Amino acid sequence: MTDATLSGMDNAAQRAGADKKALLAADGTPLKQKLARTTRRMKFNAFMLTLPLVLFLLVSFVFPIGEMLVRSVYNPTGSNVVPQFAKAIQDWDENEGIPSEELIEIFVKDLATAAKNREVGKTVGNLATRINYEIPGSRSLFTKTARKVRRLEEGPYKEALFEIDKKWENPNIWRTLKRVTRDYTLSFYLAATDRKFDPDGSIVRADELYQIYLPILWKTIWLSALITALCFIIAYPVSYLLATLPLRTSNLLMIMVLLPFWTSLLVRTSAWIAMLQKEGIINNILVYLGLIGNEHRIQMIYNATGTVIAMVHILLPFMILPLYSVMKTIPPTYMRAARSMGASGTYAFTKVYFPQTIPGIAAGTLLVFILAIGYYITPALVGGNDGLLISNLIAGHIQRSLNWSLAAALGTILLVVVLTLYWVYNRLVGVDNLKFG
Amino acid sequence: MSVAAELSAEPAGEAFVRFENVQKSYDGEILVVKDLNLDIPKGEFLTMLGPSGSGKTTSLMMLAGFEPATHGNIYLDGQSINNVPPNKRGIGMVFQNYALFPHMTVAENLAFPLHVRGLSKSEIETKVRQALEMVELPEMGGRRPAQLSGGQQQRVAVARALVFDPNLILMDEPLGALDKQLREQMQYEIKHIHENLGVTVVYVTHDQSEALTMSDRIAVFNDGVIQQLSTPDDLYERPQNSFVAQFIGENNKLHGKVTKLTDGIATVDLDGGEVVTAAAVNVVANGDRTTLSLRPERVEIEPKKSSVDNIVTGEIRELIYLGDHVRTRMSVAGNDEFIVKVPNSAGHKPLAEGAKVKVGWKAEDCRALDPLTS
Repeated sequence: MTDATLSGMDNAAQRAGADKKALLAADGTPLKQKLARTTRRMKFNAFMLTLPLVLFLLVSFVFPIGEMLVRSVYNPTGSNVVPQFAKAIQDWDENEGIPSEELIEIFVKDLATAAKNREVGKTVGNLATRINYEIPGSRSLFTKTARKVRRLEEGPYKEALFEIDKKWENPNIWRTLKRVTRDYTLSFYLAATDRKFDPDGSIVRADELYQIYLPILWKTIWLSALITALCFIIAYPVSYLLATLPLRTSNLLMIMVLLPFWTSLLVRTSAWIAMLQKEGIINNILVYLGLIGNEHRIQMIYNATGTVIAMVHILLPFMILPLYSVMKTIPPTYMRAARSMGASGTYAFTKVYFPQTIPGIAAGTLLVFILAIGYYITPALVGGNDGLLISNLIAGHIQRSLNWSLAAALGTILLVVVLTLYWVYNRLVGVDNLKFG
Repeated sequence: MSVAAELSAEPAGEAFVRFENVQKSYDGEILVVKDLNLDIPKGEFLTMLGPSGSGKTTSLMMLAGFEPATHGNIYLDGQSINNVPPNKRGIGMVFQNYALFPHMTVAENLAFPLHVRGLSKSEIETKVRQALEMVELPEMGGRRPAQLSGGQQQRVAVARALVFDPNLILMDEPLGALDKQLREQMQYEIKHIHENLGVTVVYVTHDQSEALTMSDRIAVFNDGVIQQLSTPDDLYERPQNSFVAQFIGENNKLHGKVTKLTDGIATVDLDGGEVVTAAAVNVVANGDRTTLSLRPERVEIEPKKSSVDNIVTGEIRELIYLGDHVRTRMSVAGNDEFIVKVPNSAGHKPLAEGAKVKVGWKAEDCRALDPLTS
């Protein structure tokens, strides 16, 4: 310690009542303050270096995910199309059965205004679609009613409405309307988990025929687990070879492992179609060898089998690379030491080698599983109907049925599954132990 | 080679480990070990010493069972072990970087060979505790290897090799990763453990002082061949060839030609013109080229005529004061790197750089060996 700091401490001690622990720099300013000042510039520079990435992530990642989370619960169709009615019906008591004349008047007028509206998201068609999610088949009721109420000049509106269609006499239509015209709703999450609101507001399972999302989600998880397991079984011995062979041989092997990375995804998938189809190479060889009859060609593509085969191939490098990078760091002397102490090859492997590769296994399986669970293009190309995954359904809702809120709810559920998995991994293995290479 | 064969044939008790005409080649073109014959009696501490690539580690790996011998037989306790896998040989081994299993605690590491042997839980506990006490680390059982210092890891590695009571311990440069002070301390500790337990140790190192400190006998390897197999003092005092003389300790080389050979004394015409006498060790006939080997501490400055056989004149080039002695670099008989250790004793005449002085030595301290080309 220099004299300057010593005297600084003395000074501090003399200033009775002052915090005795606050060390002072040579010029008398508190040391902490001094240190913060000198490191501020460094911190600022470091922040500026990461700024482009931070902005990029904000725009392309954080914002869209936030948007998705909001969209899965926020659907303002009701207040967009029939704004007065959407507000008024919230005070209505559902047990009344049919709303009062005043409320129905508001509804009819709103509907008449909306019928003239051509603005995207504010047409009667939008509301009709939204109601149709809840009560399948009710779309035409709204479009028809909207057409007719334009000519309705004066009341009583209730009778007029009943005259247009008897369905308006059903209280369930009004109950559903009350729920649907709220801006925030859970119905998309219910739909995504094959549930729905009963007209009286309780949550029930959807009809057997409409239960599609949960079975597909379970199938996606199961197929992803299968793909991960197959990748692991294939990758482990290869990684071991890569890590232990002489450099020249292992480099060649590594190039073969990485080759799929350098080939377009579509080319690889098309190659699998050529290989696996009914008149494809593998079936031809099997028939040629007489293993199967010509009329019993195996269906290996456009089903779950095709999805699994093609995805194992595509995701294999993501398993091999983390395993390889971990195995590379395990010196061969560990196995030798174990053997010199009397362990058989199998015992030494299971007790000494394998446990040390767990960080690589964890990283590889996590990576492959997460990639597989959200994979879209390969199942779309080779999956047929049987090999479709949840991401294909999400894409369908975004591109074809245009039910973005349901797509968002499904996407959010997928995100939660992945995060849960990550959390479980963190508890079991520890994320700090993951080694991606 | 003939020397090695002669020495290893010396019956030094019943051979516990025997290499018989062992050869090893990795590529089918170069022999890494050429016709190795070596007997190691029970309880001996034998060191395989040599530069890297001399075949010493390969020999050890063949004994451990990690490399098959290309030709020849290796016997352990009278049994050929060529076809015995390493885990059935019952040999303890300490590796260069210890090879302590990083995912196990120290105690689990020590228990590993005992688990393999199916010992009961209480037996394992007792033996692990004893082993930790032996290496003076009784409190460290619960730690991971990474939490120990280099010296502590080294001790655990030794304890792990000993815990299952093997009769033979192999050590492959076990002290290479330690700093100098710790290395010297560990040399004594390993030596004491060897003395207390009476196990046979085969130790590989490239560090000659380590070999001299610890060994009962040292096998000096070069170019796949044992150059000399002797006790440490023999190796230093009586090197059998120029390689050993060069490799072990400090050594002055003088090149010349044998002109007379009588009663084991060779008369040699040095390339610098002087004529000296030396013990004929590795020269056969008149006219042979030879390299004389002379230890720096056996050279006298300004000797009395009666006390030495040879006197030549040299010029002092450099003086380095080292406290107990002055290291003097001279030019003698054409060799500019001729080193003399002048003891710092009372009444010595002060030396000066550039001065011409007489140096002398006894014929028996100077050994006429096979010629080195340089």
